[in-house]
Order: sequence, then C-alpha cells, then structure tokens
Amino acid sequence: MPYEIHGLSVYIYVGLVMLGVIFSLIRLAIGPTAPDRVVATDILTTITTVVLVVLALFFDRQIYLDVALVYAVLAFTAVVAIARFLEGGL
Amino acid sequence: MVGRIIGDIFLIIGGIFIFLASLGLLRMPDVYNRMQTSTKAVTLGAMSSILGVGIIHPAWLLKCILIMLFILFTNPVSAHAIGRAAYKSGVKLWKGSVCDKYGEHLEDKNE
Amino acid sequence: MKSVSRYLYTVIMFFVVWVALTGTLRWDELITGAAVSIILALFTFHIFTTEGLKNLTPKRVICGIVYFFPYLIWEMIKANLDVAYRVIHPKRPINPGIVKVKTRMKSDLGKTLVANSITLTPGTFTIDVIGDEMFIHWINVKSQDVEEASKMIPGVFEKCLMKFMD
Repeated sequence: MPYEIHGLSVYIYVGLVMLGVIFSLIRLAIGPTAPDRVVATDILTTITTVVLVVLALFFDRQIYLDVALVYAVLAFTAVVAIARFLEGGL
Repeated sequence: MVGRIIGDIFLIIGGIFIFLASLGLLRMPDVYNRMQTSTKAVTLGAMSSILGVGIIHPAWLLKCILIMLFILFTNPVSAHAIGRAAYKSGVKLWKGSVCDKYGEHLEDKNE
Repeated sequence: MKSVSRYLYTVIMFFVVWVALTGTLRWDELITGAAVSIILALFTFHIFTTEGLKNLTPKRVICGIVYFFPYLIWEMIKANLDVAYRVIHPKRPINPGIVKVKTRMKSDLGKTLVANSITLTPGTFTIDVIGDEMFIHWINVKSQDVEEASKMIPGVFEKCLMKFMD
C-alpha cells in the first residue's frame, strides 16, 4: 500500500526540511570564507540524501534508495576532495 | 497503522533536527562553531528521518539501516577534514575564543 | 601469516557489504559476490586494514554492537539537545576554544573510533590527531589543562572502548 502523502505530518516535515535547505543556501551564498561554503555544501549533500530516501517513500519506488546510497558515497568523496584541495595537498 | 504513526514521529524529529542544524549554520559566528552545530544535528536528523522511512515501509528496513550506518561513519570524517582544511587555510578563530592550543603547537613545530 | 589474515578479513567485509546491497540470498548473486570480493580484495587489502581477523573476534563484535553502539547513540541525542539549546537561545551562550588532550588508545582503529565519537558528542569536534595527541575544538571550554580535559572529553569513551579494544 503506498504512503498517503496528504497529511499534516508530511506538510510539517516538508516545511521544516525546505526551511533547512533555504538557510543552508543563504550560508552558501553569503559565507565569508571558502570553508564556510564547504560546510554548507556538506550539510546540503546530507539533506539531499535524506530527501531522496523520503521521495522513495512518497513515490513508492525502491530504486531511489539505491540512488540515495550512491549519492551519499559520491558526496562524501567530493567533500573530502574539496577539503584536501583547500588544505593545499591534493 | 501503528508503524505509520511511529514512523511519522521519527520523521518529524528528523525534520526538526535538520532545521536546527541549518539555523545553527546561519547564526553561529565562525566556521568552527558552525561545524559544531551543523554536523552533529544533521547527522542525527538524517538518521532519524531514514529510520522513520524504514519503519513505515518494513521491507526497506535493511537498506535504510545501511544508509544510516554509512552516514554515521562518513559524516564525522568529512567534518574532521573540513575543520583541518579551514585551520590550515588560515581561517582565524572567533574573537571571543578562549584558547588555541593547536596554533601554539604548529608554531612550536616551525621554530 | 599476517597478510593472509588481513586478506581474509577484507574478503569477509566485502562479501557482507555485497549481500547487504543486493538484499537477496539467491545462489547466483552469492557466487558473483564471492568472486568479486575475492578478486577485489587482492588489490585493496593492504590499504583496507592493518589488524586483520583480530577485528572479528566475537568479543569485539558483540561488545561493539551491544555495549558501545547504544552508548554512542545516547551520547549523540544528548549532544543534539545541547546544540539545540545553544542555537535557540537568543544570546548564543558559547565559549569556544581549541584544547589539547592525550588519548590512551594504541591502535589506529581505536584512535579513529575515539576521534569520530568525540566529533559526534556534546560540543566537541576533533581537528587533528598527531601521535597520541588530539586537538579538539570545544564549544564551551571548561578546562585548558591537558590532564583534566583528557578526563572530561575522551575519558568516557576510552573507558567504554578499553574493555574490548587493545
């Protein structure tokens, strides 16, 4: 049975996550230094993984879980690579 | 039906922690304090949300736990990497900071 | 002998991950997974682990799952309530600084576990690990002394980990 996506709890959840994404995007835009922006990117990638898992529930497609797992692996690699680059020893 | 309610509670808790993490990202004064608030809160928020999805849809629970474990192991590592990169690339601590033993250690090594 | 143990440990870990990812127990999937992990482990075992099968002794596995993991989750929940308080409070009650602590863990795996646990607990995160010294950013500095800080930050986790690591 697919998940009923019209409910108060779903609205509250989507609202909270959306506010989180907006705040992280503000920090990504105004962040005074490069590490600030990398931290914002790190948070955004984790939120994206969560959103993919929740979308798998809402659309009732199991394949999105695999997408979320691969996205988590690639995002972790990307963030560590950017951090190594900032440190100066890529 | 019970699973649905418990899963919804986990989802809402996760949403609240994700919101708090980004609020901390916006409010704190320097990179290190931003990482303090954001990496921890977002890790627990993500784990709680994914566990909620796993409880609502028990057939996916194994894969959800795999994603949770992956986030739990990798998030501290990337936080550690960003923190050291920020220090090495010359971001100063906030002016209200009490002490900086790492800077003293690096100076000792250079002399 | 040491490298055979390391190789077998890598094969077992790869195979467990394969089974968890495919999510089935059909025999053709299992044979493919076994072949892939045996071949892949040949190239990667020397960077994957240093201790080998010692990590899979029943004492370590059971203590890790039953004793250490719930404790870590409980500490994370406390950390997040603390963080929530500091974020919502209008005056931002923070008192940050970087302190130096000493760890008693010997092995690399133990140091990694302690450093990651510190990053996940109340108001502390590890910036660098050099030898047995850790540099920790603390959001609310209570003591700048090395000995006292060592008791307060990694002490609780070390007590928990010492029982089954090292």
